This record gives sequence, C-alpha cells and structure tokens, in this order.
Amino acid sequence: MNVTTNTESQRLNFWEKLYLPEIAKGMAATLLTMFKPSMTREYPEERWEPLGSYRGRPVLVMEEEGERCVACGLCSRVCPALAIEVQADETLERDKERFPKLFEINMLRCIYCGFCEEVCPEEAIVMSKDYDIVFHTQEEALFGKDKLLVPVARLQERLEFLRQYK
Amino acid sequence: MPVLTIDGRKIETQPGKTIIEAALDNGISIPHFCWHPALSVAGNCRMCLVQVGSQKKNAEGQPETDGDGNPVIAWIPKLQIACATPVTDGMYVDTSGEKTTKATNAVMEFLLINHPLDCPICDEAGQCKLQEYAYRFSKGESRFDELKNHKDKRVQWGPEVMFDGERCISCSRCIRFAEEVAEQPVISFVQRGDHVTIETFEGTQFDSPYSMNVIELCPVGALTSIDFRFKARVWDMSFNDSICPGCSRGCNIQIGVRDNTILRLEPKTNPHVNQYWMCDAGRNTQYAWVNENRISGAWLRKGGTLQQSDWKESYSSFAASLKQFSGKDVMFILSGMATNEDAYLTQKLAAHIKSTNVVFIERNDASFGDTKLRSADRNANSNGMAALGIKSLAPTALASALQGVKAVVVVGDEIIRGNEEIASAVRSLAFVGALSFNHCQTTEAAHAVLATATYAESEGTFTNLNRRVQHFTPAIVTTENMRIMGMKMSRLDKFGAHNDRWTQGDKRDCKQSWRIVQGIANELGAGWLYKSSEDIFNEMALTLPAFKNMSYDMLDTYLGVALDKGHAPEPVGIIYESHTLKPN
Ligand code: SF4
Ligand code: SF4
Ligand code: SF4
Ligand code: SF4
Ligand code: FES
Repeated sequence: MNVTTNTESQRLNFWEKLYLPEIAKGMAATLLTMFKPSMTREYPEERWEPLGSYRGRPVLVMEEEGERCVACGLCSRVCPALAIEVQADETLERDKERFPKLFEINMLRCIYCGFCEEVCPEEAIVMSKDYDIVFHTQEEALFGKDKLLVPVARLQERLEFLRQYK
Repeated sequence: MPVLTIDGRKIETQPGKTIIEAALDNGISIPHFCWHPALSVAGNCRMCLVQVGSQKKNAEGQPETDGDGNPVIAWIPKLQIACATPVTDGMYVDTSGEKTTKATNAVMEFLLINHPLDCPICDEAGQCKLQEYAYRFSKGESRFDELKNHKDKRVQWGPEVMFDGERCISCSRCIRFAEEVAEQPVISFVQRGDHVTIETFEGTQFDSPYSMNVIELCPVGALTSIDFRFKARVWDMSFNDSICPGCSRGCNIQIGVRDNTILRLEPKTNPHVNQYWMCDAGRNTQYAWVNENRISGAWLRKGGTLQQSDWKESYSSFAASLKQFSGKDVMFILSGMATNEDAYLTQKLAAHIKSTNVVFIERNDASFGDTKLRSADRNANSNGMAALGIKSLAPTALASALQGVKAVVVVGDEIIRGNEEIASAVRSLAFVGALSFNHCQTTEAAHAVLATATYAESEGTFTNLNRRVQHFTPAIVTTENMRIMGMKMSRLDKFGAHNDRWTQGDKRDCKQSWRIVQGIANELGAGWLYKSSEDIFNEMALTLPAFKNMSYDMLDTYLGVALDKGHAPEPVGIIYESHTLKPN
C-alpha cells in the first residue's frame, strides 16, 4: 500500500507549534523593513516614466502642417482587434492630397500590440508612453483625433527607438 | 485546328487566336497590362513576353527527339509578346521558364523605376495589377538610386475621371477605349521616353457617357473616380452582384458597400449583356436614392397624419381598406423597377380580389438612349412585365386612368413626379396604398405607406431589353434579409460588435414588395406560404411557359437566360477579369 500522510503535527516542529516565536519573527521582519528605503511609488503623485521602447496607447504624430497620417487605412486593416476606424478625405490645401477626416481608436478594443505602428508607411501612428487610460463609459473610450494627435516633439524618444530597432 | 504546347500542356485552339487568348481559353493566365479582350492589341507593355519555339527537324526532315523521346525545341532567340503572336500548329510556348521569368522581372523593374510610392493614398491599392505583379514577379529591390521623374498628378480629364500621370504605366488601354468603345478619341500620349504622359486634346474633355469605364480598365490607379475618390479602401467593402436598375439594358454590376451604405457601383462582366462596361449615369445615379431619403417601417394615416404602426396591423388595415371596394375599382400600379417576383405576386393579389387592372408606368427618355448600352426605356423590367401580361401605361394617360377607379395600390413607384393633374387625381381617390422606398409625393398622399426594399436589398430577377432574365442578390442588410445566406460580407461586417460605429449603418425596417403583398393577401384569406423570392420564381417557372425550366441556379450559371430559352441557355464562355480585389 502506498499511503502518504502529511498532517500538521508531522510538518511543524515543536517551536513552530508554539506559534509565539513565529509571531515575534514576523514582527521583527516588519520592523526592519520600516527602516529600509521605501520601494513603493506614490502613484499618481509620483509617476513612472517609461523608456522609448514602451508600448503605451497608440497616438498620431502631429507635425506643423497637421497630422502625418494619409488615411491609408493599413493600421485599421492590420489591427487584430479591429480597434481603428479611418475615414479618408481629399484636401487641396496641403501637399498630401489625402488626410483622415475621421480617425478613431476604440481603446476598449485596443490590445497595445503595436501592429498599427509597425505597418504604418508614414510613421504616423506610434506607441506612446501613456499607460493610465481610464474612462467611465463606452463612448469615452472612442479616442478621436482630438485625443490621438500628439506633437512630434513629444514623441522623439519613440521615433528614435523605431529608427534604431524597427 | 492548330495544336500548341504551353508549358508542356497540349492545347487545341482556333486559327487566328493569339497565344494569350489561347492560353486564357484554357485557364492559363499570362501576365499582361495592355492587352484587353475588348480592345485592339497594342503590344506596348511587354509584360507578356514568353519564349516561343518549334520542334527541331533533323537532316531527314523528321521531328527531332532527345534520348528520352522528348521533343527537341528550337526556341526563337528573342522572346515574343503573347498578346500579338498568333498561334501556329506545333508551336511551343514557355511562360514560366528562367528566360521568361527574367524578362518579366526586368519589365517590372522598368515599370517601377518612376512609379511613385503612392499605394497608401491610391484608390487602386488592393486590386492593382501592378501591385499584384510586383508581388509575383518582382525582386522587391530597386537598383535605381536616382531621383524619380515627376509628372502632373490630379489632372481632371472630364467631369468624372481624374488622371495621375505618375501612376500611369502607359499601357494605352484608356486611349484605345476612348477611341474604340466610347468613340470619343480625345486623349493621347504626349512627350517621349520616361516623360511620356497622357493629355486631352486642347479644348476637349473626356466626358463620354461611358468615360468612367476607364477607371476599372486602367490596370493601375492612374485613373480614379471623382465621385468615389477616397471614400473607402477596397478591402473594407463588400461586393455583391446585382443588376443596374437605371434602364432596361440590365448591366451586370457589383455593389460596393461599407457600413451598410453603398459607396460605389462598378460593372461586372457579362458577355451577353454589357461586356465589361456600364454607363456613367447608372454608376452615379443608382445608389444615392438607396442610401438616402428612405422610409422605414409601416405607416398608416390616422387623423390626417401618417403614424408608424406595426406590420401586422398595417397589413390588416390595408386589407380592410381594399375590402371596401369591388375588384374593378382597384388599380394596381407597379414600378417598372419591380422584380418579376414582385410583379407576379401583385398580379396574383389583383386576381384574388378580382381586379384585372394591373399596369406599370412607362418611363421613356429618348435623350437617354444610344446605340451602345443606354436604352431609352428607363424601366429595368418592362419586358418582365410584358412577359407577365402586365400592360404599360403612358404617364400622360395616368391621370384619366386614375379617374376611373376608387382605390390604387402603388408598388415601388413614385407616380406623381410633380404632375399636378396626377396629384389631384390621386388626392381624390378613396384609398391610396403605397409600397415605397423613398419619401415622395405619392407617399405624402397615401393612406398607408409600407417600406419596401430597393433592388440593392432584394433578391429577384429582372428581364432586360433582350428578354434576358437575370438574377440578383441583396448587397445591403435590412431587418428582413438579415439571414439570407451567401450574401458576401466584408471583414468589418463579420467582426463588428454592436458598439462599433462602423457596423451601425442604417438597417432599415423594410421588406421586399412581394412579402408585403403576401402579408396583405393573407389578411384577405389567400393563405400564401412563399418564404423567399426563389419560391415565387420556381412557381413562375412551373406556371408560365416563358419561364419554363428556369431556376436561380441556372440564371447564375449562365449569367441570365432569355425568356422561352429555359431549355437551351446560351453557354457563357470564358469570363475575363483584368484585375479584381482578392478575397480578404
Ligand atoms: S496597438 Fe494593436 S490593437 Fe491597438 S490599435 Fe494598434 S494595432 Fe490595434
Ligand atoms: S497606417 Fe499610418 S498613415 Fe495609414 S491610416 Fe494608419 S496612421 Fe494613417
Ligand atoms: S497604381 Fe498600384 S502600385 Fe501604383 S500607387 Fe496605386 S496601388 Fe500602388
Ligand atoms: S492611364 Fe491607366 S489605362 Fe491609361 S495608359 Fe495609363 S495606365 Fe494605361
Ligand atoms: S500585354 Fe502584351 S505587350 Fe502588353
């Protein structure tokens, strides 16, 4: 017969069975930690600044003349979560005749995979450092151009990272 | 009959054919840009270069074979273009060997030297022949470091067509089309070498009623539709087969839909009807009224205003109204755009209430007709009506005809069209029941308005001016046809959730006319049990000699069958598709 028993009395030795010394040990550990430097960050007062390689929410690169995006819809096509909706329109004012009249990312769908950034022929959509994205309703989760466009100056680190490693 | 061997396959063909034609007839597609079966041969793109040869003869004049008994072939040292080389008996053609592949690669490299990197903003992307061949035949590397040539982009050739000089690969298909098919030879190459581009002659524009066909004809995105430009990427749309309802020609079309809205119509090849073409008017005018100004649901006039009610109630109220009149006082007016099925059932309802007064209104427009596709008879289905024995009525005779009756049922038509005489005749009727898709003067005057499906939302058949019965299927989702299996859907349609706006396009609450007619008839005790348009068509095939032997499957297989020819449909032949969207 192959019987194993593993009762509490078999596992614990005498001192452990007494409990009190163990409690004292635990208290001591707590006390020691109190005097060590703190490891926790007081988020959101204190924020973590990710590196360029970090994949936060996708944003659109805005240059002086406007967005870089030409509304080709490739990001929308590649997006595995079907999060992106692009509606192109024609303009005669700029060099590029095509621009997104509507650009929307459904942040409830986005899975932060970065495929959109990878496929974009214009380097117009990049992953940013924003990681705390909250909304109270489904409608709020639809980020339009107003929320997506970020000046190119603020995205230098990511663009540099892409240039090196993409 | 000459027998030639293409890539080791023996092919029998007719004399006078070119290699590319013989190959196509046998399902072998040789890469090409400038060749098109409906146009003369230009032979200027060089994409179709193949190796051509014949079996060597030995000293005794006997065909030479190698040790294994395989023929020894003497290849012509220079490659030949398959689109302009006629077949000869005993010819050997190699379309995939090393020499051919090398030539194809080289041609692609040449074509891409000055080609812009426009795919992201090019409407053709996704169905571009150049893109396709670049994937299949190109090395993917350019050895050309110099600056690309720049040419005019966004040049308007006419009211409908926009030309982009940089994307043009100078295949001359558009020029030959303008000359040979549209018969408006106003465009031509100018300049030479890599500066070559296309211009319209001074003081002319390319405004033929068929001008927009060059948009699909152009193998690349050099010619775009001003109406469509940038509305959607092709891979985001679904394309369902339909029939243009613009006139009695019945051009076969595809309806491009995204978000349940029609974005464009384009011709679909049918060698017996419209070949590869359709007219600009059909393309530009036959979709807006499907997208806009639509009636949804069932409406009954209560106390002077139309109020929405449910379908069941409307059917019984409609039926109750009809019951008040004796059959001879009720007139049924069908739209010339009503399907055979709608017309058949309306006629049956008329018979059920003992009315013989079923007509459709003529819509003749002599200025619209021409010797090509456009027909002066703007009713898509007047021959279908005729085959069912439904009489036509001239619009001028309508007002007096209305004076002879007390009630009228209008199926899918606007009968007033701004005519005061008809309007007052309609207003003096005791009952007007309208099965309508658009808000119009008729619906304003009607006592009951029931929303019907348009051609783009229906399954049915039209009979065209050559008496060809053609089947079409819905392209747009309504509350009625939600479940019609086999309707092609785009990726977005398939995967959208209820909270994605791109799936929220109007799903209108409308039904095909025959279904409404059946609802009313059943309230009058008819007890009909038709579940689909096909049920009705099958009954027609059994009861009407002209439709004998026909079925939807047969109409699909033969791209339509002429009335009385159900026993012997014409063979379809080879359908050539220059370039289309690959399924995604
Ligand atoms: S990160 Fe991925 S899931 Fe999010 S929008 Fe881009 S492609 Fe779509
Ligand atoms: S892939 Fe880039 S250019 Fe194309 S639509 Fe997306 S963001 Fe715009
Ligand atoms: S014509 Fe074809 S290859 Fe050229 S830009 Fe347009 S899609 Fe791309
Ligand atoms: S515009 Fe198009 S069809 Fe005309 S020559 Fe150029 S590539 Fe060919
Ligand atoms: S297809 Fe033969 S040369 Fe263009």
